Amino acid sequence: MQKQATFNSRWLPWLLIAPQMIVVLVFFYWPAGQAVLQSFLLQDAFGLSTTFVWFENYKELFADPDYFATIVRTFAFAFAIALSSLSLSLLLAVMADKPLRGSAIYRTLLIWPYAVAPPVAGVLWVFMLNPSLGVLAHGLRAMGVDWNPLLDGNQAAALIILASAWKQISYNFLFFLAGLQSIPRSVHEAAAIDGARPMRRFWTVTFPLLTPTIFFLIVVNIVYAFFDTFGVIDTMTRGGPAKATETLVYKVYVDGLLGGNLGGSAAQSVILMGLVIVLTAIQFRFVERKVTY
Amino acid sequence: MANVTLRNVRKTYPGGVEAIKGITFDVPDGQFCVLVGPSGCGKSTLLRMVAGLETVTSGEIDIGGRVVNQVEPADRDIAMVFQNYALYPHMSVYNNMAYGLRNRGMAKPEIDKRVREAAQILEIGPMLERKPRQLSGGQRQRVAMGRAIVRQPKVFLFDEPLSNLDAKLRIAMRVEIRKLQRRLNTTSIYVTHDQLEAMTLADILVVMNGGVVEQIGNPLDIYQKPATTFVASFIGAPPMNLTPLRGDEAGIRFTSGGSVPAGTILGVRPEDLTVSTGDAPEGGVSYDLIVEAIERVGAETFVYGSRSGAKEAAAVSAKPGELPPGEIIVRIPGQAAPAIGAAIRAVAPRDKLHLFAADGRSRIDL
Amino acid sequence: MVEREGIRRYVAHVILWVGIAVVAFPVYLAFVASTQDNAVIANGQMSLLPGSHFLETYYRTIFVGTSGTTREPVGMMLFNSLIMAMSIALGKIFISILSAYAIVFFRFPFRMTVFWIIFITLMLPVEVRIYPTYKIAADLNLLDSYSGLALPLIASATATLLFRQFFMTVPDELLEASRIDGAGPFRFFKDTLLPLSRTNMAALFVILFIYGWNQYLWPLLITTRDDMQTIQVGIRKMIVTSDALTEWPIVMATAILAMLPPVFVVIVMQKLFVRGLVETEK
Repeated sequence: MQKQATFNSRWLPWLLIAPQMIVVLVFFYWPAGQAVLQSFLLQDAFGLSTTFVWFENYKELFADPDYFATIVRTFAFAFAIALSSLSLSLLLAVMADKPLRGSAIYRTLLIWPYAVAPPVAGVLWVFMLNPSLGVLAHGLRAMGVDWNPLLDGNQAAALIILASAWKQISYNFLFFLAGLQSIPRSVHEAAAIDGARPMRRFWTVTFPLLTPTIFFLIVVNIVYAFFDTFGVIDTMTRGGPAKATETLVYKVYVDGLLGGNLGGSAAQSVILMGLVIVLTAIQFRFVERKVTY
Repeated sequence: MANVTLRNVRKTYPGGVEAIKGITFDVPDGQFCVLVGPSGCGKSTLLRMVAGLETVTSGEIDIGGRVVNQVEPADRDIAMVFQNYALYPHMSVYNNMAYGLRNRGMAKPEIDKRVREAAQILEIGPMLERKPRQLSGGQRQRVAMGRAIVRQPKVFLFDEPLSNLDAKLRIAMRVEIRKLQRRLNTTSIYVTHDQLEAMTLADILVVMNGGVVEQIGNPLDIYQKPATTFVASFIGAPPMNLTPLRGDEAGIRFTSGGSVPAGTILGVRPEDLTVSTGDAPEGGVSYDLIVEAIERVGAETFVYGSRSGAKEAAAVSAKPGELPPGEIIVRIPGQAAPAIGAAIRAVAPRDKLHLFAADGRSRIDL
Repeated sequence: MVEREGIRRYVAHVILWVGIAVVAFPVYLAFVASTQDNAVIANGQMSLLPGSHFLETYYRTIFVGTSGTTREPVGMMLFNSLIMAMSIALGKIFISILSAYAIVFFRFPFRMTVFWIIFITLMLPVEVRIYPTYKIAADLNLLDSYSGLALPLIASATATLLFRQFFMTVPDELLEASRIDGAGPFRFFKDTLLPLSRTNMAALFVILFIYGWNQYLWPLLITTRDDMQTIQVGIRKMIVTSDALTEWPIVMATAILAMLPPVFVVIVMQKLFVRGLVETEK
C-alpha cells in the first residue's frame, strides 16, 4: 500500500493534499451530505418550515407507480444499450484482431466516436430520424414503417437506444481489442493443433478468456446508460412522449426543474447514489479479475 | 577519510520484529569491509542504517568521529551504490553523476571536472550524453559507481552491486571495484550474499546470520578458523563436511590426551580430504564411503559419498549448503575419479580437523 | 494459421468496412447537411452529396449564430468549452498529482483516512448530486463563471488513483538515491517524479480534456447567460420542437465543430488516448 522509503515532514503532506481535499469536501461531500439530509426532510408548500420525516420521502417514492416504471425503464434501456453495443463491438474487435493489412487504420476509424459528446450524438441521430425531413425516416417510411417517435413511445425509446449504443461502440471495441490482444497467440495455436475449427475455437477458447473483459464492460455500459444518456435524451426526446424515455437521472433533473418536492427529489438522488455504489462495487470485483489474462 | 564504528546497534521494526540484535564492529580508515550472510540475515538493513535510510532503534553509528544517528543521508558524507543501480531514468549519464553535486551547490567547472575524471577512470567517457536505458548492465553499474565517486565521500556503501550482472561480468567488476577502492583509499562497506565475492574483496569480513554477527576478521583467518558451524558451512564452497561424533571414534583426542565428548561436531573441508587405501594418519580421521555422485569441473572433481552405516546419524544444524546426514564431499584435483558405487576411503590429517561444540555455536581447539 | 485464410480475411475486411460505414454515416450526413440550404433540408429533399453552402454556413455559425434560437456565435461557445475543458483537465491533474505525492511518499497521521475520503468520490458522478451541488455553487456565487463550470467536475479521484498507482511503481531506491544526493521533497518531485510522470500526465490530459469538453448536464444548469454557454448546451438550444424554426445547416455545422477538437485529439494522440483510457479504468 505504501512505499518503504518516504520523506518525513509534519506539514508538507497536508499542504499537498489541501487543494484536493478542499475541492472534494466542498463540491462532493457537502452536496452529497445535503442530499442525504434533505431526503429525510419534508418542506411545506410555501417553503416556510421543514420537518424531519425519516423515510417518508422514500416510502412515497416507492409507492409511486410512475417512479417504479422509471426504474424498470432505466434498466431496460441499460440492457438494450449494453447488449446491442457490446455484440456489435465484439464482432468488430474479433475482425480487427486478425492479422489484416491496414488494421491500424481500422482501429483509428472505429475509435473516434468515443470523443463525440452525448448531446451531439443525439442531434446527429435526431436529424437522421426526424419524421418529416430525416434521411433514414424516409427510408423507414418507404419500407412501410409508420415512423413517428414524437408520438410513439416505443419508437422514441428505440431512438435513444440507437444513438446511445452507437456512441458506445468505440469504447467497447477498444477494450475488446485490448482483451483479445492480451490472449497469447500460443493458446490459439494450441487450440488449432487440437483440431478446433475457427468458430469452435472462438466459443471454446477466445470467448471464455474474454469473460473478465465482458463482465467489466457490461458494468461500464450500464453505468454509461444510467448517466451519460442524459445528453442524448435531452436533445432527442426530452423524456417524452409521455415519459416513455424518462430515465432515473432524467427524472431527477425534470423534477428538480419543476421545483416543489425537495425531499422527494433528494431521495431520488440518494437512491441513485446507492445504485452507483453497488455497480461500482461489482465493477471492482471484476476489475480485480480483469488481470487474469 | 574516516573510520566507521558501530556500537551495539539494534533495529526493531514497529511490528516488534528484531532485525538487528546488537552489533558492534569498527572499520578503520581506508579499509574494505564486507558484510556477508544469507538473505534475511540483516546485512542490507545494517548497511541502510549506516546510510541513514533506516532509523537506528538503539546504539550508535559513528562516521569519522561523529555520531550520525540523527543525521540526514545527504549530510552523512556517504555515497551508495544500489543493487538495481537506481539511476535517474530521465537524466543523461552526465546529469546522473552531476545531480548530487549540483544539489550541494558546487560550482559548474568543478562539477564538470569531477564528472569527466570519474568517467575517465570508469571508461564511460563516450557515454556521458546517453540515457541509462541505452546502456548495458555493466555500463549502468559503472555509472552507479561514477555517481558515488564524484562525490568524493568519506565512505562508500555498496548494496549487492554486482548481483544483477552475469557471472563473467561479475568477476571482472569485482576486480575493478577492489582496484578502484585501493586507488581512492576510501573506507567502504559492501554487502553481498556471495561468499566468494566476500572472500576476494574484504579486508575485514563480517559474517552475519539472523541479525547477529557470527564472526569478524580477516577472510583467510575466518576460512581457516571458523568460529561456528554456521560460518564453517557458509564460507567455502563446497561447504565443510560436518558430522557429529559418537565419542568412540579412534584417534581423535585432545593434545592434552583427553577424549572428545560425544555430540561434538567434527568438521573437515572437502579439499582437506584425500582418497587413500591406507589408514588415517596418526590422530586424523578416515571415512569409508560409497560413491554416489561425481561432479567434474575440469581442474577439480567433487566426489559425493555416503558413509557406510551412518545414514541414521543425526543431522547437524548447519543451514546453508547443509549436507544430508552421512553425506561427505571430497575434492580431488584433476579429473581422475572413482566410479559410482565404488567403495573408497577418504582421510584427513589431524591439523586439518575442526571441532565445534554440540550446539555449533563455538569452536573447540584440539 | 493456414486454413482458408483468404476467404476469412476477405470477410473480415468487409465486416470492418461496414462497421466503419455505420459508425461514420451520421457524421457524414451531418457534414453534408451543413453544406446545403436550409429550405431544401426542411422540405425533406436533402441530397446525399455535399452542397455549395459550406463557407457561408460555417462563417455564419462561428461568427453570427442562429438567428432565432441561441443568437450567440458558436465561436464564443467553442471558446467557453475550451476554457472549461482545459480548466478541468489541468486543474484535476494539478490537485491530483500533489495529493498522490503526499499519499505515496509521506507518512503522516490519518493518511489512509485521507486516501479513502478521496477514493470514495470515484463512485459518484456529478449527476447524482446535481441539485445540492447547484445550490452550493449558487451560494458561493459561482453561477455563470468558469470556476463554477470546472470546480465540481474536478472533485473526483480518477487522476489521483492513476498517479498513486504509477508512483507505487517508482523504485524505492530512486528516492533513496535522491536523498543521498541531497534532494529534499521539493527537489525529488521537481527533478525526478515530474519528468518520470510526463507520459502519464499527457495520457490523463487527453482523457480529461475529452471528458471536460463533452460535459453537458452541469453546464446546462450552471450557465444562464447566453455568452457563458458551452457548445454542448448551445447545440441543444438550437433545436426547436417545431421543425420549421430549426436552422439545420447551422445545427449540423455546430455538431461538426463540437466534435472536431475531441476527435482530433483522439486521432492525433491515439497512443496516449488508449493508454489513458485503459489506465483510468483500472
